[in-house]
Amino acid sequence: MTSTGVGRRTGLDLTGLVAGPAQLWGAVRLQPLLRAVPVTDLRLHARLYDPDDVSIVKVGPRAAYVAYVPHAFVANWTTDATPAAVYGTQLRDPDATGQPRGIGLHFRRRMARRDDKRRLRFLPLHLALEGYLALQFGGPAIAWEEWTRQAVTRGLSPRAEAAYTGVEVPGLADALRIFEIHPEQCGMLLYVADALAAAFVVPHPDDYRALHPTVLHDLYGELVYQYAHLYPAAPEFQTTLDENRVHSVADLRAEIDRSGAAWSESASLMAGGLFGTERLSAEPVYRMGRFTLSRFLPAFTPETENHIGESITDEDGRLAYLKTFRLSAAQARRGHLLGQLAAHDWSLDATAEALGTDRSGLAVRLDRSGFGHLLRPEIIDACRNQARRSGRGSARPPAR
Amino acid sequence: MSLADRIACEDVVMFVNAAVTSTGQREFRADAAEQRMSLGFLHEYVLGNYRDLYAATLALDVNHFNGALVVTNLLRTANLAGPQRRAVEGRLIAARLRRLPPQRVYRVFGELRRLGVNNRRTRAIIRDWVAARPDPAFDAVKYRRSLSVAARHAHLSLPAEVGTVLFDWRRPKRYDTPILEAWRRAHYEQRALYELPYTVAEGLAVRHGISRARFLTGIAPKLTDGERLRLQTSARRLDVAAVGTELPRVPLTRLASYVLSLSRPDRVRRRAELTDALRAAARRAAGRQAGSWGRVVAVLDDSYSASGSGVKRRRPLAVALATHYLLETLAADYTGLWLHHRGDPLLVHPIGSTGLGARIVDGLERRPDRLVVVSDGWDNAPSGQAAEVLRVWRTRLDPGERTSIVHLNPVYDSDSFDVRRLGSTVATVGVRDAEDAAALVELARFATGTATFDELRAHLAARVDRFLAAPDDPAVAA
Repeated sequence: MTSTGVGRRTGLDLTGLVAGPAQLWGAVRLQPLLRAVPVTDLRLHARLYDPDDVSIVKVGPRAAYVAYVPHAFVANWTTDATPAAVYGTQLRDPDATGQPRGIGLHFRRRMARRDDKRRLRFLPLHLALEGYLALQFGGPAIAWEEWTRQAVTRGLSPRAEAAYTGVEVPGLADALRIFEIHPEQCGMLLYVADALAAAFVVPHPDDYRALHPTVLHDLYGELVYQYAHLYPAAPEFQTTLDENRVHSVADLRAEIDRSGAAWSESASLMAGGLFGTERLSAEPVYRMGRFTLSRFLPAFTPETENHIGESITDEDGRLAYLKTFRLSAAQARRGHLLGQLAAHDWSLDATAEALGTDRSGLAVRLDRSGFGHLLRPEIIDACRNQARRSGRGSARPPAR
Repeated sequence: MSLADRIACEDVVMFVNAAVTSTGQREFRADAAEQRMSLGFLHEYVLGNYRDLYAATLALDVNHFNGALVVTNLLRTANLAGPQRRAVEGRLIAARLRRLPPQRVYRVFGELRRLGVNNRRTRAIIRDWVAARPDPAFDAVKYRRSLSVAARHAHLSLPAEVGTVLFDWRRPKRYDTPILEAWRRAHYEQRALYELPYTVAEGLAVRHGISRARFLTGIAPKLTDGERLRLQTSARRLDVAAVGTELPRVPLTRLASYVLSLSRPDRVRRRAELTDALRAAARRAAGRQAGSWGRVVAVLDDSYSASGSGVKRRRPLAVALATHYLLETLAADYTGLWLHHRGDPLLVHPIGSTGLGARIVDGLERRPDRLVVVSDGWDNAPSGQAAEVLRVWRTRLDPGERTSIVHLNPVYDSDSFDVRRLGSTVATVGVRDAEDAAALVELARFATGTATFDELRAHLAARVDRFLAAPDDPAVAA
């Protein structure tokens, strides 16, 4: 696997998308993103996979990605700005659907794979998640003596992360069911207890209408799941009109417009953790006509929101498609640790210094983040002992 | 007005709103269990605190489900009322039962049996109602199980053959009553089937293996208006001409529901016929009040939530559509504004968000005498804007209240035990059938807190007197 942190560092360009008034149900707030001029030369539709099966995706010569994949998205595009048709409206190839049923394992080749001349199949969110999992997947570049032989030769494999499907997030199914889709809606910001959980953008309102239910089958991080359990309701944002400025019907209309504009500002405030940040590292995955499919990783700063995701942008960098996943704090810490290790050539001492701790502190942190198996057992044990003696060790009993 | 009076006033208005709108079925946002639990609590609460007013609501246009529930609850707790109250309640119950559809009344009797309510008064009420039925033999065929349950529960003495057909039907070789004889023969003979009511014949037809098309052709003369309307689409599909294509005389909201069940190309094809039928139904509903409401503007909700639920398909939208045609008849000068839809209201379709605020301004700008808002009250684009618009309108642009504003809400919100309100300045009343809108607007002034509790009592007493004095609705009694 190659390192994925070498891409461009950019922000997300929301030009052409305006946030509309949010709809609240319990703790789940859904804010529509409206597009006055839809993108017509790129269209998306979903391809459903068997919900009970586990998918194994071959991502490299000797690496595979195993996950629950409920559906794939298929992107169709045209090169000469003529509107693209949604694939679902055409007759399907009979042998494409007649896959033999066997044990519940499905093998897919590559995360993004060309289906046809102008059609690309990709696995939404898994593309981004795989980018996160593959972070420093190769392991130590220099065989320092602290690392196990396994870590040096095999890297971090196998690397696993858990997430919840939307079905498990309480209230999300109802909130999506009763959400009233706007006619020009091309996307949505999903907040749970007013924390940005996910962002979803598609090129065309018809695509959004078709793909709206797939949001329920997407992956959500630990934070989203916990917030949905802990907070039964979020406060409703009440509109207020300033009556002192109203002297005629025209004034009243102006006041209404003003309060509508406040909603689009609220999006930049509430979703600032995703759209405000300039420190996303994007990696192009596939180029189709004037569009580029890429995935991005955040800066992994533990104290801020960290969203991974994938996007399709046009030649000017404007968003045609976006899907994000909010990492939990632990996941962000893991990303941060791996990033720091890589930046210091996996040297424990140099990394510890950069993180403002010492060698044993870093070893304990690695251990707690689930990377303890990469360090040689005697090193880990020594560090644990030292930490316990100095009284800042883990409250947990030592692992047997 | 004292605080206690104000609370009492609000409680009663809240209960009436709930009793008019909720049917204990799934709504767009709440499921059936939530609706039933919320409604059950409200019934207990009002019954415990304001028993006289609870009974008086039987005189209002509460829906059949709640009417039956009120009757059951009053009979269940009759021991808590004194003899005088019982006399009044007895008359109200009898009058309400006469107006309810028979299957609803039989269900009340079944529920009384389940609850073990069986005293002399209850038995007398059941006996009087059954005795007032036009044809006991017909009931014995159409509501066979229900009548036998009622007869057993209330120890009814039924006419000889009716008793036999319910309890000893294996023995007789023939009946003298024609419909009972037809029912007996229909078990063996296909031709006799067509003399029976549709619901009874339907099951026997399946047993005889009669094809659906042939059955519909034969049974067509026996169909009621509601059944005829319901079967039109399938008759068209099966090419059965006998059911007829002309729209029967059914109430306005029912007709609106039927219209919305048709596909839009169908509605375009039958535009003239459907529009005429809706206008005729609206004229029947408006009666002598037609043209008496002055300048009226309606803001009608056609957002996605107007699609209702699987069991109440497009009900809120149907109410809005029916209100549109009713107001067109009632008003001298009428404008109907849909949130999204433009053009012929017949083609309206529930889609999009509920941006009531801006549309209400469009309506108010025309300076009507009356503004009617028909919506489920979930104003979400953005939320609370309609309330703000109405507040600012009242305080800044129309302090003299030249425009009277009323909000009709067809959906019961189980969380707040009431229909959802747009704002404190505007009266909100629950509505089930658009035909009742005129009577409901009367009640609206009690919802804003401007009228006193004594006025409410007086209003209800007047409605009770009118209700008990009025002859029974012939359409329901038949």
